[in-house]
Amino acid sequence: MFSSLSGPAGSVFDQFRRLQEEMDELFGQWSAPTGIRSLPRGSFPAVNVGASPDKLEVYLFLPGVDSKRLDISIQQNLLIVSGERNLAPDEQANYYRQERFSGEFRRAITLPEDVATDGVDAQYRDGVLQISIPRREQARPRQIQVR
Amino acid sequence: MPNQTELTARRPETPAAPLSRASEAESGMRPPVDVFEDADGLTLLADLPGVSKERLNVRVERDTLIVEGEVQIALSEQMQAVYADIRSTHYERRFALSDELETERIEASLKDGVLTVRIPKRAETKPRRIEVRTQ
Repeated sequence: MFSSLSGPAGSVFDQFRRLQEEMDELFGQWSAPTGIRSLPRGSFPAVNVGASPDKLEVYLFLPGVDSKRLDISIQQNLLIVSGERNLAPDEQANYYRQERFSGEFRRAITLPEDVATDGVDAQYRDGVLQISIPRREQARPRQIQVR
Repeated sequence: MPNQTELTARRPETPAAPLSRASEAESGMRPPVDVFEDADGLTLLADLPGVSKERLNVRVERDTLIVEGEVQIALSEQMQAVYADIRSTHYERRFALSDELETERIEASLKDGVLTVRIPKRAETKPRRIEVRTQ
């Protein structure tokens, strides 16, 4: 009877949250251009990007994936990470909630143009894939001596 | 057996569920979960990427299961965030448990950012099949 309120398709809270996200997209950021390859908020995996003068750090929040089966590629300044997380449901069990992402994913991240494609390092820890990408020398701030 | 779903619907596990980004940054993120039940108990799976075992806190307070975790990401000093889907470092989610669950025997494990919590049912309350008599 109450299953429609809290079933896998989403509780009242989930619907509220989705509405909030749609409102954010409609009103909050409408004036700022959206990246042509960006995904809506809440997509899997979540991504954070940090920048310092000598490198970029890209964090992909990818809990419970096999890091050996991740496909990471950089073409010029476009970083693409793809893979899959297939959650096999327990046939013997009754599910109340299935909120966790299952299936194939792909995320394309446009980086600044000064990234160097060699010397890229990737490591997977606690469900987070961290990709370190060095920046080319000339992009770093240089101290200019005054004579 | 009490109707688990009804209980959840009447008592939402996060009364202060984050509804906006501002409140999300303050009160933390609500991790996605799978919850399923078999004959011996309930299993909860939660995605907590970036949380190490040392920064995970799973506990039962009265009849509430509380899952909390802190994201730890090593950032160098000069690093500035240029894009962030994840704007909080705190995960939190609460679940109301019911009497037939054996809270003293809850087991939790964490692997690659996925938390597994196993909540056994008391032996005496395992489901009994009830025969329907026909005339």
